[in-house]
Amino acid sequence: MIKCLRPQWKTAKKGDIFNMDLLKFFTAGSVDDGKSTLIGRLLYDSESILADQLEALQQSNRKNDDGTIDLAILTDGLKAEREQGITIDVAYKYFQTDKRKFIIADTPGHIQYTRNMVTGASNSDLAIILVDARNGVVEQTVRHSFIVSLLELKHVVVCINKMDMVDFSEDTFNKIHKTYSEIALKLQLKQVTYIPVSALKGDNIVNRSQNMSWYTGKSLLDHLETIEVNEDIKSAQARMPVQWVIRPQTDELHDYRGYAGRVLSGSFRLNDQITVLPSGIRSEISKIETNMQELDEVHSGTSVTLHLKDNIDIGRGDILVNSTHEPIVSQSIEADLCWMDTKPLDTSILYLLQHNSKVTKCKIRDILHKVNINTLEKIETDTFQLNDIGRIVIRTAEPLAFDLYQENKLNGGAILIDPRTNLTVGALMFRASEE
Amino acid sequence: MNKQDTTYLDQLEAEAIFILREVAGQFEKPALLFSGGKDSITLVRLAEKAFRPGKFPFPLVHIDTGHNFPETISFRDDMIARIGEKLIIGHVQDSIDQGKVIEQTGKNASRNALQTVTLLDTIAEGKFDACIGGARRDEEKARAKERIFSVRDEFGQWDPKRQRPELWNIYNGKIHKGENVRVFPISNWTELDVWNYIRRENIALPSIYFAHERDVITRNGQLMAAADCLNMDSDDQIERRNVRFRTVGDMTCTAAVESDADQIDYIIEEIKMSKISERGARMDDKVSEAAMEDRKKGGYF
Repeated sequence: MIKCLRPQWKTAKKGDIFNMDLLKFFTAGSVDDGKSTLIGRLLYDSESILADQLEALQQSNRKNDDGTIDLAILTDGLKAEREQGITIDVAYKYFQTDKRKFIIADTPGHIQYTRNMVTGASNSDLAIILVDARNGVVEQTVRHSFIVSLLELKHVVVCINKMDMVDFSEDTFNKIHKTYSEIALKLQLKQVTYIPVSALKGDNIVNRSQNMSWYTGKSLLDHLETIEVNEDIKSAQARMPVQWVIRPQTDELHDYRGYAGRVLSGSFRLNDQITVLPSGIRSEISKIETNMQELDEVHSGTSVTLHLKDNIDIGRGDILVNSTHEPIVSQSIEADLCWMDTKPLDTSILYLLQHNSKVTKCKIRDILHKVNINTLEKIETDTFQLNDIGRIVIRTAEPLAFDLYQENKLNGGAILIDPRTNLTVGALMFRASEE
Repeated sequence: MNKQDTTYLDQLEAEAIFILREVAGQFEKPALLFSGGKDSITLVRLAEKAFRPGKFPFPLVHIDTGHNFPETISFRDDMIARIGEKLIIGHVQDSIDQGKVIEQTGKNASRNALQTVTLLDTIAEGKFDACIGGARRDEEKARAKERIFSVRDEFGQWDPKRQRPELWNIYNGKIHKGENVRVFPISNWTELDVWNYIRRENIALPSIYFAHERDVITRNGQLMAAADCLNMDSDDQIERRNVRFRTVGDMTCTAAVESDADQIDYIIEEIKMSKISERGARMDDKVSEAAMEDRKKGGYF
């Protein structure tokens, strides 16, 4: 019988839960680097695996060479993957500690899954890049780091894994640290943390390693629990795409007209002057409602209903912005593109571009180059195949109100949809013109 | 300082409201699949936050197997009366009467598998292009990979190989005629998150979630509520036990756990201490390791 232990309940615990925040991170690395083992280890050592999942794990016939449980099974979801022994998609995993709640986007590391990695990175605040201590920095390390820089992840943790296989050598760690620093410099990755780990044995994952006294930094979990994220989106300019207009049209709420959306970035305050884009009409905020309560001020991330002093024609697809710092409004946009479809890019057709709540037709006007993501060389090309990444110029049917991706990720990213298949075929990151 | 957007429950809530509003904005005829369980009750609260003082831009749809806990049905009817929204009920009994499905027989008979047919028929009749559901990615391994906007083909099938990438907070709801999208606004919540939210928001739940005395029988090592639909015979020993249910499904496939957690605070403590994950108490997942994946491909919620 599950006994509920009443004396253990303390009201003080309530406060803890409600002060915790959320960290989303993704892991890049291949099966051979021990990525799934690393995630399995984080879940296992932080006691985030429940008994029946553990039981299923123990009954499974996949074991490590020394007979211990293969923790990688915890993140391999689909049947086909179990059969092939590889991860082919993005799997989301959840765990929490006393300090934070975590969402892991577990993405595959092989080159044919570049698009999945881009997807995982787009939904993360931090990236963990795995390097096999025996092999050091290899081609795929460069590729993964390029994706991290492309998606502008501000925080990177380089986990130098399998330290147990190199006798926990400080020298090996230092060499890899030095080599990677050069890549980080080239890719302009600013906040990089290096941690020597053994995911298989548990060194420096949750607990500090007894085998590497020369390492004085934090364990991986300790680092994840304490790092500050999201500062840039909070301090960015105020943006709110309109998703839906609330108009009850009842007798007592006859004039009620609320613009419902989520504050993408920055803050809105009562009486702020705002501009509706792309129309350019200005007004002032007369009421801020969230969760059926009125507020004076609302911050990034909050789903909200805004009211304006003037009666303006506003609908889904419009964006409300702070009038003192308006975004770019244009129909001609330069962007980095990651192609995600098996069918190659076709410059002769019209695609649909979805940018927050706005959908408009667009044409690929020019392909400037693509990038060899293993060597970072720019190559001339006239098309994009699956997983290709490069720079293009697009022309949209209607003007778009956007920010540059490096200044505001959420108002600087968009997707391309193939109108023939309705599939999401491309990820766009808006850039300043290279000319 | 205003701390309203700094806690993870607020972040999860804001994301779910955002997703519900995307459904309203992107689809012509959405519906909210309401099971009577805590996850779909949480969705109703989130929809109130997303759309009040307006009406919901979708009806609630309940697939009634006819083997529901009576407590769930009376809860549902009270809730609908309170919120004043439209409820559409699809009856598995109708699918049986129409000969579209055949009722299982024997001791382990369950209508759980049959409800997929009723669900797909109800979706087709209502011409629903998006169905909002309360599934969460932490429930099961196959669900960990499902998108928030999950496209189903005209047969209601999920194809894990043809999932659309979901970047940033942009959800692509474009579909062809006959297809529909299952939308999961609380994908990123865990069981504990839902309970903490229910406590914070003071959300009412069906009484079977809380410990109570009940007649139960033991089937395949699990405690089941004694009811006619379990086809009980003289081998089934009815016992009176103090139990509660961790999920609300069909009476034939939802097992009870022994518990004295009769208030939400105790339930949360119990979940923290307990070592059985939520779906562990659902017999329908026990069939094989890939059980959930197979049912999803066939159009299950």
